[in-house]
Amino acid sequence: MRRPEQTLVDVLVLLALGAYAVPFFWQLLTSFKPETELLRVPPLLPSRLTLAHYSVVLEQSLIPRALVNSVGIATLTTLLALAVGVPGAYAIARLPLPGKGALLLAIVASTAFPQIATVSPLYLLMRTIGLRDTWAGLVLVHSSFALPLTIWLLVGFIREIPREAEEAASVDGAGTLATLRWVVAPRLAPGIASTALLTFLFSWNEFLFAYTFTASEASRTIPVALALFPGVYEVPWGDIAAASMLASLPPVLIVIGLQRFLVRGLVAGALKE
Amino acid sequence: MTGRERADRRQALRLLAPTLLALGALTVYPGFWVVWLSLQHRVPIFHVARFAGLDNYVFLASDPRFWNAARTTVVFTALSVALELALGVTVALALHRQRRGRRLGLSLLLLAWAMPSVVTAKLYEWLYHPAAGLVSVLLGGHALNWLGDPYLALPAVILADVWRTMPFVAILCYARLVTIPAEVYEAAQVDGAGRLATLGRITLPLLGRIVMLALLLRMLDALRAFDIMFVLTGGGPAGTTETLTVYAYRSLFQMLQLGFGSAVSVVVFALVMGVAWAYLRLLRARAVVA
Repeated sequence: MRRPEQTLVDVLVLLALGAYAVPFFWQLLTSFKPETELLRVPPLLPSRLTLAHYSVVLEQSLIPRALVNSVGIATLTTLLALAVGVPGAYAIARLPLPGKGALLLAIVASTAFPQIATVSPLYLLMRTIGLRDTWAGLVLVHSSFALPLTIWLLVGFIREIPREAEEAASVDGAGTLATLRWVVAPRLAPGIASTALLTFLFSWNEFLFAYTFTASEASRTIPVALALFPGVYEVPWGDIAAASMLASLPPVLIVIGLQRFLVRGLVAGALKE
Repeated sequence: MTGRERADRRQALRLLAPTLLALGALTVYPGFWVVWLSLQHRVPIFHVARFAGLDNYVFLASDPRFWNAARTTVVFTALSVALELALGVTVALALHRQRRGRRLGLSLLLLAWAMPSVVTAKLYEWLYHPAAGLVSVLLGGHALNWLGDPYLALPAVILADVWRTMPFVAILCYARLVTIPAEVYEAAQVDGAGRLATLGRITLPLLGRIVMLALLLRMLDALRAFDIMFVLTGGGPAGTTETLTVYAYRSLFQMLQLGFGSAVSVVVFALVMGVAWAYLRLLRARAVVA
């Protein structure tokens, strides 16, 4: 393709992708629109921009509390999945164990388990052990999908690392745990970053479990708080738009700032199989 | 077995123990328990809990609401996955030939995928607003009640889902395209292959495997779809967007029929696992033929 033609098509593709993201930008614009202009379109563009909806959401709603819950629960889920998953993935990837292949297949298959299939037993379980409407309860049920995903991705990343360094460490008399900590972990860091991002994102976005196992602002996450956003006599579209933007903030930051790790994690599981 | 091997094996078990324990408690045990629950009449608020055998399943077989949900699930899955794949491959091809602005392009694309599905639902609820929605404005002020009309609601839900998940398909395909060595294309050019021939004979066949994988992953996801319809339409109007998972959820936590709801959940479970199993069988059969 000649250069000017190529540039023209480049611009057209970017414009098309920009148009694809319009639903998002429209909500962003709505979140800054004055209340009186919300239901009056056209014109598409507001006469002025206002922070009124954000101040309502941040000062008079349960959204800030839900954001705190979400940050806590998604972070703890990620840490728990890594703490349990890194040693587990290393054992599957590197150590001799009969039936490893079948175990990995079972773990991959469990990432396809529909949440609805386990929600009723988990509900009874959480009620029995008294963890309904707590951070700990939600972290545990989120681990049911976060852990298999973590192991699946990490096994792939560990297998990409050449074995030589580990063998040398073993010859030098290092134990398995020391090898994992000092030889494998540093080389695995980018893989761990990708895995952590995806786990955090899935826990942040998850709705079905969060809706079922929470009952109050003590543990309601941001998707649940947004789904239940109250309106007194009419739907507060501007406030909902502002709350949606706050709920999208971490995912958007990850997409813009840490895209490389995100895409690597997203593609890793799929391309290797 | 040498002492070293035995020690390694013990170490492996120690490292795996927390994983096995967690997955056992959080997925395997509930996986069996749900089947057991589905064989019971269980209504916690009335303290009803007794064995029912296959009663719940027998009831399902002649339950029009169940069959309606099954049909909605199949239509939703077929249409949304087909659109996602067609659009996803197209976008991946467009991104791949991009010389400048790939990063920006990927960011714009991933926005839709990365945000919570509840946000997607809220976004589309506002876009579909009969009076002030952007969709009505773009249609020249034709105020259609997208989410309230039994004929329009399912397409409206499908559109929102396609918007949200197409980027996933596009990214997978794009990542595969990047790994095709430039020499393959140079060789095609030397042989005088035109752009269409290159696309049809080289690019698309090389994409085949990843498209099949995207098809599987998206199907498994679409068959258990819940968030979008639960938040956007609540399964309405008149049950036209009620998928099996929404029906199961309603039975479990709104009608509080723990046994019956579990039976519907088991059907979703069997459906998803059945599709995954059939797909793997199919792939293996094809590998033998080829």
